[in-house]
Amino acid sequence: MRKVTFPHMGESYRAFKMLLNDLGNEVILPPRPSLKTLNLGVQYTPEFACFPLKVLMGTYLETIEKGANILVTTGGVGPCRAGLYAELHKKILHDLGLSIEMIVFEPPRLYPFNFIRNVHKLNSGRLSIKAIVDRIKKGWRKLQALDNAEKLTHIIRPRELKKGTTTQKYRQVLEWIDNANTTSDIIEAEAAALEELHKIPQDLGRLVVKVGIVGEIYVLLEPTANLEIEETLGNLGVEVERSMFLTGWARDNTWKETVEGMTVKDAAHPYLPELIGGHGRDSIGNTVLYAKRKFDGIIQLAPFTCIPEIVARTILPAVSKDYNIPVLTFFLDEQTGKAGMNTRLEAFVDLMKRKKFKKQHQANIWLPSEATN
Amino acid sequence: MHRIIILLILNINSVGSVLNVLRIGIPSALFYYVYYPMWKTFLEELDVQVVTSGDTTRQLLNYGVREALADACVPVKVFFGHVMALIDQVDYLFIPRIVCLNKKTVYCPKFLGLPDMIRYGIANMPPIIDVRIDARDHKDKLFAAYYKVGKILGKTPRQITKALLKAKTSQYKFQKLLRSGLQPIEAIDNISTGKKQKPLDNKGELKFAVVGYPYIIHDQYISVGIINKLHKMNINVVTSDNISPFTLKLQRHGSSKRLFWTFSERTLRATRYFAGRKDIDGIIHLSAFGCGPDSILDRFIQLNNQSSTIPFMSLVIDEQSGEAGVTTRLEAFVDMVKRKKGAYRNA
Repeated sequence: MRKVTFPHMGESYRAFKMLLNDLGNEVILPPRPSLKTLNLGVQYTPEFACFPLKVLMGTYLETIEKGANILVTTGGVGPCRAGLYAELHKKILHDLGLSIEMIVFEPPRLYPFNFIRNVHKLNSGRLSIKAIVDRIKKGWRKLQALDNAEKLTHIIRPRELKKGTTTQKYRQVLEWIDNANTTSDIIEAEAAALEELHKIPQDLGRLVVKVGIVGEIYVLLEPTANLEIEETLGNLGVEVERSMFLTGWARDNTWKETVEGMTVKDAAHPYLPELIGGHGRDSIGNTVLYAKRKFDGIIQLAPFTCIPEIVARTILPAVSKDYNIPVLTFFLDEQTGKAGMNTRLEAFVDLMKRKKFKKQHQANIWLPSEATN
Repeated sequence: MHRIIILLILNINSVGSVLNVLRIGIPSALFYYVYYPMWKTFLEELDVQVVTSGDTTRQLLNYGVREALADACVPVKVFFGHVMALIDQVDYLFIPRIVCLNKKTVYCPKFLGLPDMIRYGIANMPPIIDVRIDARDHKDKLFAAYYKVGKILGKTPRQITKALLKAKTSQYKFQKLLRSGLQPIEAIDNISTGKKQKPLDNKGELKFAVVGYPYIIHDQYISVGIINKLHKMNINVVTSDNISPFTLKLQRHGSSKRLFWTFSERTLRATRYFAGRKDIDGIIHLSAFGCGPDSILDRFIQLNNQSSTIPFMSLVIDEQSGEAGVTTRLEAFVDMVKRKKGAYRNA
């Protein structure tokens, strides 16, 4: 029996589950990464491989335990290591004696036949091409709905009157979107979800600082990998704007480059004119763009030993200085503790708030420290 | 006689600085072990004085560790150290952005961003010559890139073409020396001093292959002199640099996906070659802590060559590596190989 699974990345699994079900496959849902996932992953992967490789390995082992035998994942053309994940995972799993098939989606722009072959392999229901296109469009719409709901929580969470309401409501509306199975249902569920989130009582007069989050895609999108940084920041009164969502990234990398993608490239050009793989150049470009939009700070998230982000991190201090914007970097791995991260975040947020407060009240407040200047 | 020559050289140097000959620095790290003879010839043909930073020392590494990001790999930290040593001595730094040379594989992302990391990572940098070399891109091909360098130095097309031809000749010589069994440092010495140094005779009782990136294996400091150590234990050493590119090309890949990075791809093929040979008694993969490509490469090497019976050791070094620790592991490995060999002989 063919049982299909795929990596866990934020809430996107809801859309993928629907799409694969629609194509007539039995889906084994990837569990949310836990300590067990990490332990399994770390055990079988190279020591200083980057964090996502370890998490994915753990996820695969967990789902194989549940009976999955077809793993669907993405490839890549480098020079980031992520493009070789599938190859390495396959080798390690086969070496462990597990007979699994790996279906790897390479960028369709470069490898159109690979894409068609893979879709054909996954098309267990033997649907017509038109039906497949419809199903993919529907899955895409669901991904967009999930992304839109998440974006809204980032704006509402720092302003909520009672802490924790947004997270609670968000969990609830996710189920609504999850249960919608036709395009019109998805659109309806999305509208209802956004409305429900808007109903959360908010304090609009609160001092809210705006932070842009840049970095590597997996640790940005998977809350377990970044220790729910967006929620933590929201609770500290920070409005978060994440530079990357699955829909935006997928559009840029599979079909054609969007205007936003081009702007990021141009913004990064003075600092890093070369595509270095992964999201190194995006991190720099987005930092520049956020700074131009008068954000209060930037947080860079990267997996430990991530090559492109190390290059970006080396250059970011120059960007930070040129645009006068604070940048905080977290290199995340299985050893990162939530308490340590929270302490650093609190200090960072305090500094940003102080700076913003001072700027807003410059005329009215006379700080003793300025008397000496 | 020697004294006169030395005096002459000193004289030329001092005349040079008086006449304001342009001085260009090439850090003795990373690409130094692969392209230095070519770059040196090219730049010297264009009337430029080439300055290198010499061997890696504890002090250089300390500079690098201080300036570079803590998460960077050791070779990059060493590179930062070498650049720091050159800052006050040169008018330009030569750090070309080598993206792709064979139209198939690119270099590690850290190499692609190297000029930018140096420019923004270290304060008070002299200008960097960072021409982009990408064989896949028409306007960045090898000749075009060198032509741009020549233009920066204000030379005529004829001078540049002539210099490039000479540079290619010396690179060819360098590669020939490597194939004859010399290691890059010896070959560079050989070319610059003109002394004919012969590769060590095959006197040792065992023959080991050391695979890995040239800038790790041949940096005496970060590799803790592993090749000399093996020589002292009476073992002949070949490295991945001693194999001709053609032989490497012949190594079969199987169905697996090609590695993206030139050096890693080369190492993988070299290991495959050594693993299939009968005269090799042991293979050592030397890698640096935090090296991104190596984390995948090392596992690929192990999984791809499971049918080979040659003992294999993977040795990871970092800026904390102690002489004693590496020696102990080497000795243990050598003992094991000797035992195995002895056992077969008696059987």
